[in-house]
Amino acid sequence: MTSSTFPDKLFNVTLVGVGGQGILLTSDILAMAAMHAGYDVKKSEVHGMSQRGGSVISQVRFGTRVHSPIIPTGETDILVSFERLEALRWAHLARPGAKILVNNMDRIPVTVSSGLQPAAQNVDERLAAYPGLILLAANELAVQAGNLRTANVVVMGALAKLVPFGEDHWQAAMRERIPAQLLDVNLRAFALGYAAIA
Amino acid sequence: MKKLLSANQAIAWAAYRAGCRVAAAYPGTPSTEIMEHIAEFAGAINCEWSVNEKVAMEIGIGASLAGTRALVAMKHVGLNVAMDPLMTFTYIGAIGGMVIINADDPSLHSSQNEQDNRSLAKFAKCLLFEPADSQEAYDMVCAGFELSEKYQVPVIVRTTTRTAHTSTVVDIGSGERSETPVIPYVKNAQRNVAVPAHGRLMRFAVEKRSQALRALTEESPFNRADSGTGDIGFVASGVAYQYVKEVFPTAPVFKVGLSYPPPLEKIRAFAAGVQRLVVIEESDPVLAEQIRAAGIPVVEPKTELHMMELDPVRLGALRAELLGTPPPPTAQPETGLPVRPPVLCSGCSHRGAFHILAKLKATVCGDIGCYTLGSAPPLSAMDTCVCMGAAIGTAIGMRKAGLPNQRIAAVMGDSTFFHSGMTGLLDVAYNNIPITVMVFDNRITAMTGHQENPGSGHTLLGVESPAVNIADIARTFGIQRVHEVEPYDLANLEKVFKECLDCGEPAVVVVRGPCVLHVKWAGKYINTVDEVKCTACGSCFRIGCPTIVRGAPKDANGRLFKAKIDPQFCTGCNLCAQVCKFGAISPVK
Ligand SMILES: Cc1ncc(C[n+]2csc(CCOP(=O)(O)OP(=O)(O)O)c2C)c(N)n1
Repeated sequence: MTSSTFPDKLFNVTLVGVGGQGILLTSDILAMAAMHAGYDVKKSEVHGMSQRGGSVISQVRFGTRVHSPIIPTGETDILVSFERLEALRWAHLARPGAKILVNNMDRIPVTVSSGLQPAAQNVDERLAAYPGLILLAANELAVQAGNLRTANVVVMGALAKLVPFGEDHWQAAMRERIPAQLLDVNLRAFALGYAAIA
Repeated sequence: MKKLLSANQAIAWAAYRAGCRVAAAYPGTPSTEIMEHIAEFAGAINCEWSVNEKVAMEIGIGASLAGTRALVAMKHVGLNVAMDPLMTFTYIGAIGGMVIINADDPSLHSSQNEQDNRSLAKFAKCLLFEPADSQEAYDMVCAGFELSEKYQVPVIVRTTTRTAHTSTVVDIGSGERSETPVIPYVKNAQRNVAVPAHGRLMRFAVEKRSQALRALTEESPFNRADSGTGDIGFVASGVAYQYVKEVFPTAPVFKVGLSYPPPLEKIRAFAAGVQRLVVIEESDPVLAEQIRAAGIPVVEPKTELHMMELDPVRLGALRAELLGTPPPPTAQPETGLPVRPPVLCSGCSHRGAFHILAKLKATVCGDIGCYTLGSAPPLSAMDTCVCMGAAIGTAIGMRKAGLPNQRIAAVMGDSTFFHSGMTGLLDVAYNNIPITVMVFDNRITAMTGHQENPGSGHTLLGVESPAVNIADIARTFGIQRVHEVEPYDLANLEKVFKECLDCGEPAVVVVRGPCVLHVKWAGKYINTVDEVKCTACGSCFRIGCPTIVRGAPKDANGRLFKAKIDPQFCTGCNLCAQVCKFGAISPVK
């Protein structure tokens, strides 16, 4: 009677990062794409302080029927992090062996840069201990696409390779959600992310 | 038509669909987006940002008495502010349907307390709905307007942060508006003028209405049993229902959607079919107490379920307790990671004033807004924060109590001042209280995401309006010593603050500077650090700017660091240059 024996398999994606990194747009498009692919979907986010540099977390679940908007700890199938420290902070949410897709960049917390708190130690080694880790140079790929600010869409492209529905649903969601004049650069960024995953 | 909507969006669609004509709200997480989405239907719904929740509620009341459907929205603490009109409106009774959206915030994601306002619905003898997802939020608001009209009762819909900010698939039907006719207004003092003689009659009418509502809730399709197997049965309301379905997928569940008055007879019948009845609800045991009081036995689990948000993991622990199995293992988070608290933005107009208040060792009665972040280290420039508008009254009380510190300041933002600070300031003037009231006036309601307010110069719909001048208000109240200062000139801030705090009479300082997130920064300059002149003294770190980061270590022992400024985020506000005693920081083009 645990959720792992729940009759309909759910797919759980947790997206984390720092306010201002485009997490909410990414999870919006993921949820819209999943709905377009015919799933029941719930997307839940807590963003009260997101603009002021706090951690942001968004959860997207899809399947035949989704009940809880919150993903139980340890049942995330894909953890997407837009920053390395946040990936470590939330890694325990993922299933053992789950894919952990990380934009390979750091945003140093103010508490560290101003000396109020020590920096995290051995981030590289600790991340590498997770077998499902995928480090993505999303910032470089975004610049290649034509705009550093599309780094979140590069990550989205990579995520698209890891979910159980086709790329066309993502394209449809992007067309619906992204303003026309920004669509081209975003589609390029998406394609670069998609191609970056084997 | 199916759409992926948050409950906040779904509520706006429902207001449109149900023919609501008037909507009023004051922003507050997690309810704010409701009015932002209602504004998309501005052609059909007359909508506004009200100055506070009490005014919003009164606007809803007026519209309802004039015979139109009205919706008001607020966060949980907003309903405290609006309780006075509600408590008598519930006696008078709605004419046009009146739906009140109340957004609770279990876990205090962005609030100063965690209060369960379902008790207030019971207190006010209103109908109360608890949606479990966006579809239900939509359906309950539509039904709420009808029931409000039919029973002349205000209807409260209680969302929570989780339901408000979760997007789920919603069928909005054709998406078209159904125009409900306005109920013609009839002047009727006995009905609408609450004086004691009328109020006594109303009191009996309310009791009769409550009886009718108790019958209604037993018939409501929003209260229903999901059949299942096993000897444990659950009663669940709101989003808690979803967690029960996730963790106990085969158990019988009685779902309470219309939760005040609760369908006690239906629950009694459900309870008769199970051996143990467990009530799962978010925050206080509001339903459980009413069910017990009706003589229906309810299990009291040892697992703590009444503080903070519920989730499947907490119900997993309950499951282990009920079944007598060991608790499920939970993965432990990584340790030793620095936290990432929210901070005042790079270039924030509130920063300099807090730096000076700390320097002057003032006792600062604070308030609620972005500027509350001035209480956090390294600025640490706030002593108290209670509720919106409380800064001034609190400071008056401290002065009257004879606080040894002569320098007492009350600090609040512009939206907070208009909301409920003005009355406090009038008290300062009237009773001649020697404190300094500081309004950090960024001309917008920043904390909740930049909503317009009476100082902004335009309304929710972008229509121009008089931009109220706070210094003028203070002068009109009779305060003699009123200053308006610019937020980035530290020497002047220090001079004016000191003069006011030490003058022994009421004083007002309006610190005026736009929010850097809201107004495109002019961006002429940014600040840079001269590594040679920097002595690693750390002064600039103490203004808590997220853009000043640690640079090279000063020497081999590596405990002191030179400053470095991240050019990507620097706004060139120049505060850091003013606190540097070595002239190591300067603005460059
Ligand atoms: C009664 C009540 N209503 C609403 C809120 C939500 N709220 C918190 S801060 C804030 C606005 C503060 O705006 P302002 O005073 O202008 O300060 P700023 O954030 O712009 O610095 C609001 C509406 C609340 N905490 N209490």
